[in-house]
Amino acid sequence: MAAVAHDAHGHDDHGHHEESFVSKYIFSQDHKMISKQFLMTAVFMGVVAMLLSILFRIQLAWPGESSDFLSFFLGDQWAPGGVLSEDMYLGLVTIHGTIMVFFLLTGGLSGTFSNLLIPYQIGARDMASGFLNMLSYWFFFISSGLMFVSLFIETGPAMAGWTIYPPLSALPQAISGSGLGMTLWLASMTIFIASSLIGSLNYIVTVLNLRTKGMHMTRLPLTIWTFFVTAILGVLSFPVLLSAALLLMMDRLAGTSFFLSDIIVQGEMLTNHGGSPILYQHLFWFLGHPEVYIVLLPALGLSSEVISTNSRKPIFGYRAMIGSILAIGFLSFIVWAHHMFVTGMNPFLGSVFVFTTLLIAIPSAVKVFNYITTLWKGSIIFTPAMLFAIGLVSTFITGGVTGIILADAALDITTHDTYFVVAHFHVVMGLSAVFGMFAGVYHWFPKMYGKMMNKKLGYIHFWITIVGAYGVFFPMHFVGLAGAPRRYYDYTVLGENDIDSFNQIMDLNVIITVFAIMAALGQLIFLFNFFYSIFRGPKTVQNPWKSTTLEWTTPIEHIHGNWPGELPTVHRWPYDYSKPGSDVDFIPQTVPLAPGEEEH
Amino acid sequence: MVTKLIILLVIVLGIIAAAQLMRLYELSSKMRKTGEHDITNRDNRLNAGLMLTFMIALFLGFIWLMLKYGWTGRGEAASVHGHELDWLLNVNYVIVLAVFFLTNFLLFWFAFKYVKKPGVPAFYFPHDNKLEMVWTVIPAIVLAVIIIFGLRSWNNVTAAAADDAIIVELFSKQFDWTARYSGEDNKLGKFDYKLTEDAKNELALMTTESIQMAIDSMESGVKGISKLELQLNDRTIMLTPEDRAAKTKDLGNKEKLIRLLYQMKMKHNSSLDAQAWDDFIVRDTLYLCKDQPYEFNFRSKDVLHSAFFPHFRAQMNTVPGTTTRFKFTPDLTTADMRISRGVEDFDYVLYCNKICGGSHYKMKMIIVVLEKEAYDKWAALKMNGRKAADGSWDAEPATFGHTFHKVAEEAPVEDTPEDEQESTSEELDALVPEGDKV
Ligand code: HEM
Ligand SMILES: [Cu+2]
Ligand SMILES: [Cu+2]
Repeated sequence: MAAVAHDAHGHDDHGHHEESFVSKYIFSQDHKMISKQFLMTAVFMGVVAMLLSILFRIQLAWPGESSDFLSFFLGDQWAPGGVLSEDMYLGLVTIHGTIMVFFLLTGGLSGTFSNLLIPYQIGARDMASGFLNMLSYWFFFISSGLMFVSLFIETGPAMAGWTIYPPLSALPQAISGSGLGMTLWLASMTIFIASSLIGSLNYIVTVLNLRTKGMHMTRLPLTIWTFFVTAILGVLSFPVLLSAALLLMMDRLAGTSFFLSDIIVQGEMLTNHGGSPILYQHLFWFLGHPEVYIVLLPALGLSSEVISTNSRKPIFGYRAMIGSILAIGFLSFIVWAHHMFVTGMNPFLGSVFVFTTLLIAIPSAVKVFNYITTLWKGSIIFTPAMLFAIGLVSTFITGGVTGIILADAALDITTHDTYFVVAHFHVVMGLSAVFGMFAGVYHWFPKMYGKMMNKKLGYIHFWITIVGAYGVFFPMHFVGLAGAPRRYYDYTVLGENDIDSFNQIMDLNVIITVFAIMAALGQLIFLFNFFYSIFRGPKTVQNPWKSTTLEWTTPIEHIHGNWPGELPTVHRWPYDYSKPGSDVDFIPQTVPLAPGEEEH
Repeated sequence: MVTKLIILLVIVLGIIAAAQLMRLYELSSKMRKTGEHDITNRDNRLNAGLMLTFMIALFLGFIWLMLKYGWTGRGEAASVHGHELDWLLNVNYVIVLAVFFLTNFLLFWFAFKYVKKPGVPAFYFPHDNKLEMVWTVIPAIVLAVIIIFGLRSWNNVTAAAADDAIIVELFSKQFDWTARYSGEDNKLGKFDYKLTEDAKNELALMTTESIQMAIDSMESGVKGISKLELQLNDRTIMLTPEDRAAKTKDLGNKEKLIRLLYQMKMKHNSSLDAQAWDDFIVRDTLYLCKDQPYEFNFRSKDVLHSAFFPHFRAQMNTVPGTTTRFKFTPDLTTADMRISRGVEDFDYVLYCNKICGGSHYKMKMIIVVLEKEAYDKWAALKMNGRKAADGSWDAEPATFGHTFHKVAEEAPVEDTPEDEQESTSEELDALVPEGDKV
């Protein structure tokens, strides 16, 4: 609607839009501002979640040792004498996971880049509905606030792990975090889901309806394809999580028995009968697995763009890439029970999920090989964004291959819920998505803020981050294979009976924590570079990376409606880099085909 | 407090210093007239070199980990199917490692090799159907192999237990494990959570007596219905509103439960009681017999737990309201494993592997695998003399601290778990081979 309105009243009158501070910076309906709002909120949440992880890593490396750092942040209630309490350990782990998965890598990543790039790269004046877009951000903001606040309440935040399996999450008697903390968690996530649904619908409609002239679906940059498929996944899967959350709320507040049966907790005999905690897991993972791709796909999209631009080569196998994105999107809906191989489910059903899960590896492999081939015989320019995009491909490979072991139900028996799983999903999802996000920030920072970030700091940031990241998560495979269960507060309990595994686990835990602290400090460099450049960075030129896509044809200063005059017309796909017969090494999408030139 | 202030101060000063340095740096680069954001050839070469260096470091790091902790990083398996799974893991591991090394190598090598060289244009190569076919089909074939081997093992592991498997129940609660052996008949007595009596019938076994006992205590026990009614109706007792609400709710629940208990009593078939009588319960240590198949039945009293036997390559969640099962056959005794590892006080352990509350990490049970001879002695000890001439069981409690079928005649034997543990471990010491004693 907003876009139509802009079209209607022409564009020479932009100066007349006298906007108040509130409508420009706070309740903005402009996709560029909303994108920046998402990014800022995500940066804040990401910093919080990273700090939480350092707090519990200290406990894991030096269990029971008193630390001023812990008492500084957690105080006497949760770190009496500077030693993290058992309950709060689980609280930190839970909120860390929740924030990272949902707030940083779902809301933050999709929110920032879908908003920024969808209108820009398809040649639209704004999102289909500016108002819904604004609503989506403010719901996200409120839910972030609730989740953050839940860290500070008397009974502590939710403590049942980011997957909040009942009965633990349903019974305040079972752990203190399942009281008010869990209520806040559920409330926050409900609002978050609303935000995500509104956002996703908007993205889908925008991509389908507002593409500029000549922008066929087969001329969309891969970024847009990934945002589009991600939004579809979100719309189809988040409602299922919503239903799980609502049913869980009913069990907690209204005495229903959806997930509860035959329970005695803290001496209290409950009357619930007939429900199944396993039902919750089916509902959760029906979202949960697509969710991991909701996190990953946008990162893959961003890095496709960055890799192609900075190799000065078309992305290899554009159509195969689209096919893989669609295949991954589809398959991600029929693999969820691979998280539940040892819940006692029917073994035949297990076999089916082994099969579908391993199928996903095929489109994933295609993507990896296509990335690698894009680099082959390229003319690579190492911008900080390019470094992160290459890092993403590496972590996607490294984490993807361990997925193959986990997908083998027979092997999952011995690795499920161990640190091997923690290593797998941090590498394949956590690192890949974070690297994708950094690539996106470095690459599109000039578009967002009209300034350049400092490249040297970017290089230092990348190398510290990738060394730290592999240093943290690579050894974790060996911690898991030694038999370390995840979500343990203290691994010295293993030492009493099995000293070999214990030694292996504890040695590595110290190494991991040291790398984690190093990586966290490395992020300070990024934060500094980011904020410093917003205010004092050198001014950018219009198309700093010599890129072909439409966003670089807009003026540096943000204006309402994005393009001052007519909307651009698209004549070619977005990957005409180093095309033979052209004397420049990139041809923007707006340049008409030369006589006799083939599209690609 | 002072330290906190100092920390904050240092952080603030650090940020200011960094900002000043940045400005200096930018000023100087402006004087040198280099566009700060143009990527120079030097930048490219530097990062290309680092790409290669990083790859080598990554590979060496991995190899170091494998050398230090063993190829897959895990010790020897101690169960029959465990050896099969370790073989399967090795097969997968080889494939996965090959992919890991090869693709990472190509990635970093290309990043190094094809760094921008002035005057050398990139090669325009948008697609190639043949190549793409190759890397769709090859992974598909490899995955087919993985799936076939994987499902074969999965079917073996999840197939029904052998007929001669001993059935043992593992009961989980926050935060410990209890094992119930099915006794002479190899049948576990029935149970229902409503029959739980903390000290007397913690596993909620269902017998004629235990049903009556539960009814009695729910009706007239210390926290029974009649007591609650009395407290709620007695005006001389002052109750806070919260207390009153809690008691009312409790009463409501109990009234609901007592109806169900009466129904249970009506339906109960007392001929099944004997299945429960011969069951025996152990805590803290689970004794198993080498080369003997076991079928474990898992229960949970409160939240989800997961029975994780890393050494036996076994795991199964425990789910309140449902019984789950897993079978395995231990094939190395504790003594064998102590020798092969060269660790004198090694013990197998059962861990909890599903987040279940604050002390989740402490929830474990030691497992001792014995040679058949020793195991039989231990089992006989547990059963010994408990069967009277008339076929009823009585000499030792069928469940902790209580003999169901003698309720009326005898005061319950107060047998504390600790005592029992002591005596068995002493007896057991005699069973473990001399050289391996701790
Ligand atoms: C080759 C493709 C992949 C396969 C075959 C695979 C397989 C699996 C399996 C079987 C599990 C369950 C392990 C367990 O809990 O015991 C798992 C866990 C997980 N995977 Fe993957 N995966 C793949 C790729 C991915 C990707 C691309 C992502 C994210 C973008 C991802 C994210 C996760 C997460 C978050 C978990 C753990 C959730 C939890 O328990 O907290 N996986 N994966
Ligand atoms: Cu999954
Ligand atoms: Cu547990």
